[in-house]
Amino acid sequence: MNRLPSAEAKSRYWTRNLKWLGILLGIWFVVSYGCGVLLVDWLDRFRLPGTNLKLGFWVSQQGSIYAFVIIIAVYARVMNRLDRELLEGTEAAGDEES
Amino acid sequence: MDVKTWTYLLVGLTFALYIGIAIWSRVGSTKDFYVAGGGVPKIANGMATAADWMSAASFISMAGLISVMGRDGSVYLMGWTGGYVLLALLLAPYLRRFGKFTVPDFIGDRYYSSTARVVAVICAIIVSFTYVAGQMRGVGVVFSRFLEVEISTGVILGMVIVLSYAVLGGMKGITYTQVAQYCVLIFAYMVPAIFISIMLTGNMIPQLGLVSDVKDGSVGLVQQLDGLSRDLGFHEYSPGRKSVIDVFAITMALMVGTAGLPHVIVRFYTVKKVSDARKSAFWALLFIAILYTTAPAVAVFARTNLLQTVADKPYAEMPAWFGQWEASGLIAWVDKNDDGIIRYDGSGPAIEQLPGTRKVEPRFAEGEGRWGERLLQNPPSANTNELYVDPDIIVLANPEIAQLPPWVIGLVAAGGLAAALSTAAGLLLVISTSVAHDLVKRTLNPSITEKGELLLARIAAGMAVLVAGYFGINPPGFVAEVVALAFGLAAASFFPAIVMGIFSKRMNSHGAVAGMLAGIGFTAIYIWWFKFGLQLGTIDWRGTPDQYLFGISPEGIGTIGMLVNFGVAMVVSRFTAPPPDDIGELVERVRLPRAAFGEEDAGPSHH
Repeated sequence: MNRLPSAEAKSRYWTRNLKWLGILLGIWFVVSYGCGVLLVDWLDRFRLPGTNLKLGFWVSQQGSIYAFVIIIAVYARVMNRLDRELLEGTEAAGDEES
Repeated sequence: MDVKTWTYLLVGLTFALYIGIAIWSRVGSTKDFYVAGGGVPKIANGMATAADWMSAASFISMAGLISVMGRDGSVYLMGWTGGYVLLALLLAPYLRRFGKFTVPDFIGDRYYSSTARVVAVICAIIVSFTYVAGQMRGVGVVFSRFLEVEISTGVILGMVIVLSYAVLGGMKGITYTQVAQYCVLIFAYMVPAIFISIMLTGNMIPQLGLVSDVKDGSVGLVQQLDGLSRDLGFHEYSPGRKSVIDVFAITMALMVGTAGLPHVIVRFYTVKKVSDARKSAFWALLFIAILYTTAPAVAVFARTNLLQTVADKPYAEMPAWFGQWEASGLIAWVDKNDDGIIRYDGSGPAIEQLPGTRKVEPRFAEGEGRWGERLLQNPPSANTNELYVDPDIIVLANPEIAQLPPWVIGLVAAGGLAAALSTAAGLLLVISTSVAHDLVKRTLNPSITEKGELLLARIAAGMAVLVAGYFGINPPGFVAEVVALAFGLAAASFFPAIVMGIFSKRMNSHGAVAGMLAGIGFTAIYIWWFKFGLQLGTIDWRGTPDQYLFGISPEGIGTIGMLVNFGVAMVVSRFTAPPPDDIGELVERVRLPRAAFGEEDAGPSHH
């Protein structure tokens, strides 16, 4: 790497890093504490589609864990892309990706 | 071949494999010893992380606890997997870019204070020892039940094995044995679960077995268990019993507490690049999730089988496993109405707590009762329940209860040992690194040579095994309380200090140290007051559950301790001098890829 990223590019990288953290941890919170703890009794009034199992029970014992795996998979992809864009200097064009 | 022969064979084979790997992966440098040279492939590293993360508690105890707690058991399921998300998103990538070996390294440098470093070293050592003693105990239990040796002999055997590969191979040896141990433990966990899932639901994937209907019926498996429990006077399985705020607080304390565990953080240093560390974190959680999504299914299977096999059945007709677990003291029956039939219901514990013990547990007397059952010292309680079952046996006894073939039972023993040994080894390495690197190299004697440091690390690992083994053989009578304490303290100390160190440039050493002390102090006093209290002669002062702050039990109070830490740190840092300029630079470097500064990301460096 000959050319290092500018200070501006670096600060943009960090802002986007924080934005993605916010989104992913938001989902993490809604799934685990929202659906798995706070709303679990309300969700128990429904069934997991296609089964006879209470939805809230399923989310708190299995569903939340599947969601955690997906969250980490998305995080790894997004951050590795942000790293690449910062180092190749291509991120300016991409700007906001949401 | 019988169960015992199979167990000897499978445990012997896996142990030979571990030692073989240890000899193959001997190391010569401290970097190899601490972080396996930073060159472990990412999927292998993911497996090693998963084995590190899943302890004897995950393998042996968790499904049993869930099968007793019902839906409230989700605090463990979500707590121990959600904590991994926090670790992978908020801590690990940044600590890795910082480029030093350990968490105390980061705390010491970020807060430019050797006091902070020493406090962090002591916390890391206490947390690790608490854990490692529990693992050694798990080794002892498996040995004593399946190989019928004394618990102490079992612990010593486990010590010799761990010693051989931790001291010889350091992180490199540990990593590759953990890969093997993951394969053993997941195979051992899944095989009985698959068998039982087919038996109960006809579905061969246990994860789906949980959501299926019972075989040849149109009622859900969990619905059926709710009905069974109701008929016997137990709580129904699927509704919660703890208050919402308590479940919230316990889940949070477990998540944040596990996120700060030092032996898992170090795993992110053992791959070549940050991008590989992220991918490896994904693989690790995937491998962890395989066991954690099976555990709630195992809990339901085991509970169903247990209720159907023992409740309201004659003692004389009990299968062989019942007598074997009775012999090891984890099942006890007291025939209150003298009819020879086992009455198992939800009216309360079957026996009274003996004075001088910390919980209701059976103490056996000499001789046998009318039906051949072991007699108890504990007086029978006033309710109608006649059976005591220790939750720890659920996973271990599950294959026997379901009448699976002997090799499956031997496999479970080998799996339990793999889970305990892999976590113990990772923790021992943290202890030896903390002593050799953080305490001696960075604090007491910076001029120590590479060779001297490596020797010291090996001696420290050896000493740590001996101390852990001692506690495994003579466990303090309050293991569960100490573990709750370790989680609470980790949640209230490490986690906020690291997070603020990364995400706030303004946080200074005064704020961080004040926050850690306030968080730890608050949490320790709360747990001490409600768990131990003050005993002076005849005075016994201790908090009662109705005095809990906001109804939060000591297991969950680390959450409040963490908030106290954040709050105190922010207020104190506002009123004290900002950190020196070079700290701002340090934080900047942690936030961005190393290559953005024209440097190679080659993992941890020496200075």
